[in-house]
Amino acid sequence: MVQVMVELRNIHKSFGTLEVLKGVDLRVRAGEVVVILGPSGSGKSTLLRTVNHLEKVDQGYVSIDGELIGYRRAGDKLHELHEREVLKQRTHIGFVFQNFNLFPHLTVLENVVEAPVSAQRRPLAEVRVEARALLARVGLEDKEDAYPRHLSGGQQQRVAIARALALQPKVLLFDEPTSALDPELVGEVLDVIKDLARSGTTMVVVTHEVGFAREVADTVVFLDAGVVVEQGPPSQVLDAPKQARTRAFLSKVL
Amino acid sequence: MSVSAHPRLRAPDGDDDLARLKVVPTRHPWRWVGIVVVLVLVAMFVNGLITNPGWDWPTFFRFFTAESILRAVGVTLQLTLYGTVIGFGLGIVLALMRLSRSRFLTAVSWTYIWAFRSIPLIVQLLFWFNISYLYKELTFGIPFGPAFFGFDTKDLISPMGAAVLGLALHQAAYAAEIVRSGIIAVDHGQLEAAAALGIPKTRQFRRIVLPQAMRSILPNAANEVIGLFKGTSVVSVVAIGELFYQVQVIYGRNARVVALLMVATVWYIALTTLLSVAQHYVEKRYSKGATRDQGGWKWSR
Repeated sequence: MVQVMVELRNIHKSFGTLEVLKGVDLRVRAGEVVVILGPSGSGKSTLLRTVNHLEKVDQGYVSIDGELIGYRRAGDKLHELHEREVLKQRTHIGFVFQNFNLFPHLTVLENVVEAPVSAQRRPLAEVRVEARALLARVGLEDKEDAYPRHLSGGQQQRVAIARALALQPKVLLFDEPTSALDPELVGEVLDVIKDLARSGTTMVVVTHEVGFAREVADTVVFLDAGVVVEQGPPSQVLDAPKQARTRAFLSKVL
Repeated sequence: MSVSAHPRLRAPDGDDDLARLKVVPTRHPWRWVGIVVVLVLVAMFVNGLITNPGWDWPTFFRFFTAESILRAVGVTLQLTLYGTVIGFGLGIVLALMRLSRSRFLTAVSWTYIWAFRSIPLIVQLLFWFNISYLYKELTFGIPFGPAFFGFDTKDLISPMGAAVLGLALHQAAYAAEIVRSGIIAVDHGQLEAAAALGIPKTRQFRRIVLPQAMRSILPNAANEVIGLFKGTSVVSVVAIGELFYQVQVIYGRNARVVALLMVATVWYIALTTLLSVAQHYVEKRYSKGATRDQGGWKWSR
């Protein structure tokens, strides 16, 4: 029996009167790569943001490695956690943004060591050694003293991946990691993500790259209008979709 | 000729090589007229400064570095320093309250800023100076109940203390808005990234938000500090021996009004220049990584 790393149960989320997520269930096993596909406005990003509690859910719950995110259970009540405790939980969840969101006033190395030192209280010397190894892993060992604005978009996103990995998270979440990149830079970022997938990192990736999904996903989830329309291995969802909506979407993006 | 509809748009054939031709820059004759006019005006002004005995330079030099003036400059700098440090310290707290999710804190901050921006500084200073008429004693105890110990207000708040209090509380209201404007100018994605990385709240503010906010806070803050520095002259109404009060006292005795006003003016100009230079270096410190230019910081930015 493989351990469940991420579990989403009946997630509902509305912004005002607009219901973005209408009861989504999702289970990610340890070491599994789940790719979420869907048209824009389908709720993909919102769903991903509920996993690390950047977005509070209206109904349902999220748990990571058996730990409830954002709440504490006491008897038959759920107590909302203080922000301090939510921040601590987030150190187990790596998040990579569409727009990188590197800290522009810090060097590449400072970006990577910031959270392990300030959030996990680990010694700087030790973290620095690891950070350099991570930068080498994403192919940027010679850029540690550069500022983010001196890097290309692809390089910035690779730093952002190293920054997320530095916390040694249990799961990595990617929110359209290549959507803000020039076409010729997409490959270098996808290569890094593929490498992580092969090394057994648990990942949930929201993307528009169907080719990438086919290559690395263990499970493809097709989301539309706030519900999971279809999910399964790529060979099934991408090559032999059962649902008409999935087929319609794939015919547009392929 | 071809059958093309616009034959004239065809490129000229062959031998007309534009690269050979000499380029004549645009001429700006009126610029030169302007320069001449300004130079003449400056020359007239300088000539007046030197030849007009009304400026009374001997008196100026006698008093410029006089001990009483130097002491007064010291008081002015002290007022500026305390006003800046306390004003901006309180201003940061007020800005954070105003931006907090708590309705209560937002309301308190808003009310403070509203009140202290509404009262003219000079009125406020006179209030603080006369506070002992209103409250003879400050006591600590149970509200509406017995007091444990107390102080005479006059002993607790000296004239200098009243001046610092007035300047700092007034400054805090403006500082709060400047700090707030800097904070809301920081990209929201920065806060999300910091939150997603689990960086503790106070660290998020000190390490991620504030350094980036500083870029837009600093030019405005420098304006405020320079404004405060010159604004200390208002304190002369409560008879504190700062620069402007001191020159008034001296020209009250010797009637050399212009020369002594020039003493104050030159000191104000000199110290403001120093503050501007300091601003330049502080801004440079906070511009790390701000431009694509690897050489870093430029005068023009």
